[in-house]
Amino acid sequence: MSSKLEYDVIVVGAGPAGLSAAIVLAKAGVKVIVLERGKFPGSKNVMGGVFYSDCMKGIVDEFPGKAPVERHVIEQRMWILDDGSSVGFNHRNELFNKKPYNCHTVFRAKLDRWLAAEAEKAGALIINNTVVRAPLMENGKVIGVKTDRPDGDVFANCVIATDGVNSLFAKAMGLRKKIKQDAVAIAVKEVIGLDEEVINNRFNITGEEGVTIEMTGSYFSGETMAFLYTNKKSVSLGVGMVLKDVIENKINPNDLIEKLKKHPSVAPLIAGGETKEFLAHLIPEGGYKEMPKLVGNGVMIAGDAAMMVDAIHREGSNLAITSGKFAAEAYIEAAKNGDFSEKALLPYVKKLQDSFVLKDLKKYKGVPELLQTNKRLLLKYPKLLNQAAFEMLNVDGVPVKDKEKLIWKTVKKEIGIGNLVKDLFKLWRNMA
Amino acid sequence: MKVEDKLYLNGYKTDEAGGSHLVIKDVSVCESCELKQCLYICACSVYEQNENTGRIEINYEACVECGTCRIACDNIDWNYPRGGFGIAYKFG
Repeated sequence: MSSKLEYDVIVVGAGPAGLSAAIVLAKAGVKVIVLERGKFPGSKNVMGGVFYSDCMKGIVDEFPGKAPVERHVIEQRMWILDDGSSVGFNHRNELFNKKPYNCHTVFRAKLDRWLAAEAEKAGALIINNTVVRAPLMENGKVIGVKTDRPDGDVFANCVIATDGVNSLFAKAMGLRKKIKQDAVAIAVKEVIGLDEEVINNRFNITGEEGVTIEMTGSYFSGETMAFLYTNKKSVSLGVGMVLKDVIENKINPNDLIEKLKKHPSVAPLIAGGETKEFLAHLIPEGGYKEMPKLVGNGVMIAGDAAMMVDAIHREGSNLAITSGKFAAEAYIEAAKNGDFSEKALLPYVKKLQDSFVLKDLKKYKGVPELLQTNKRLLLKYPKLLNQAAFEMLNVDGVPVKDKEKLIWKTVKKEIGIGNLVKDLFKLWRNMA
Repeated sequence: MKVEDKLYLNGYKTDEAGGSHLVIKDVSVCESCELKQCLYICACSVYEQNENTGRIEINYEACVECGTCRIACDNIDWNYPRGGFGIAYKFG
């Protein structure tokens, strides 16, 4: 890079949020450059692997079309794990087997690379191998970015910061406070290779059909979510625990995933598999209360960088895609007056407020704190649920009425009636 | 499966010339740190304590840039590796 590089918009980071912004901008004729620190878009990017289709409306003509997806999900299972046991729910629906598919399992290194190619087709310029080190400021407004390339300053009317969970850009701008240890989960994942037929047999599926399993419970010693997703020729097995609990309980994330692999409900599903890749990633789970300021003079923040993850519904990349699109639209509106001040970019926030993005995050704003402060919910109830299920299903000559009494006695002893009522009320208040 | 064997499966481009993107800000803080959470919170075991010197050593080559240590400890100067270096996932 030499001489003064000027664009209309600089996008920091080629993930779902940045690339959706770039596509919408480029399609509108805006001169946009995407700066990506990896050697290709997606090379640094990680998620569990479920990507929802609906958010792609208006981004690409057809989805999945030729996008590299693995399997469309027709069945979702939810398991509550305890030592040596699990209680589960599942939902399988033929409606999920009809196009347009609700969601697919994906690999981000492949999906993001494809999405970046779509952005290039639309006219965006993608520059890899480039780290954005700091914003360039003039009179309190962002006028560009400093990169790690020689003579690597790039100038623009506006910067869209989509640099992921660590968002050093938002930090450098002073748009967010320090990320708290209870606002992120450290997740590790393994891609475990298995034959296609083995996967189909084990998960009761055929062809391109897929299954997802979400897991939590007292099998783990902190606020934990685990998952097992089917890909074409592999499964993605992962587990994430809130960092505060990881620190306090002295958990090593690799030990955690090894423990998950040994659970009797999980082990048979991955047996004989060969690990292909080991990944670690932070998930911004702080929710609505931990979000940064979303706009500044000449800057907007979207996706993980803005803590836009709905952990309750396992949604993130769709919030990222949608927020990136809104940021692009807000820029296009602001460009009509040539004003890119914080005030002129506020329609971005309004769009988010009027959509599922902020409505859903706001709805669950109390949940992260509830789960952190009330350890009973994830550590005691799951154990009792598993014990109760065993008691009711195990035939041992004890009359059912006596079994019910025993369960009720255990609940009273372990939780207490007052706490039970309080917990139910709090759950209802925070979730309903 | 040991973490070393897992990391062997990953694609890295190590920045030999640029060196570590992770730096301990103040070594004396580590010396008086009782918890030493860096030794267990890292999924890739990047942080190790030298048995002889007692010092914390950083195997930055193994880092997948998740940022956990940055939020777990204030004594780490955390940066991204230079452009194109570090982890390059095949699956992601």
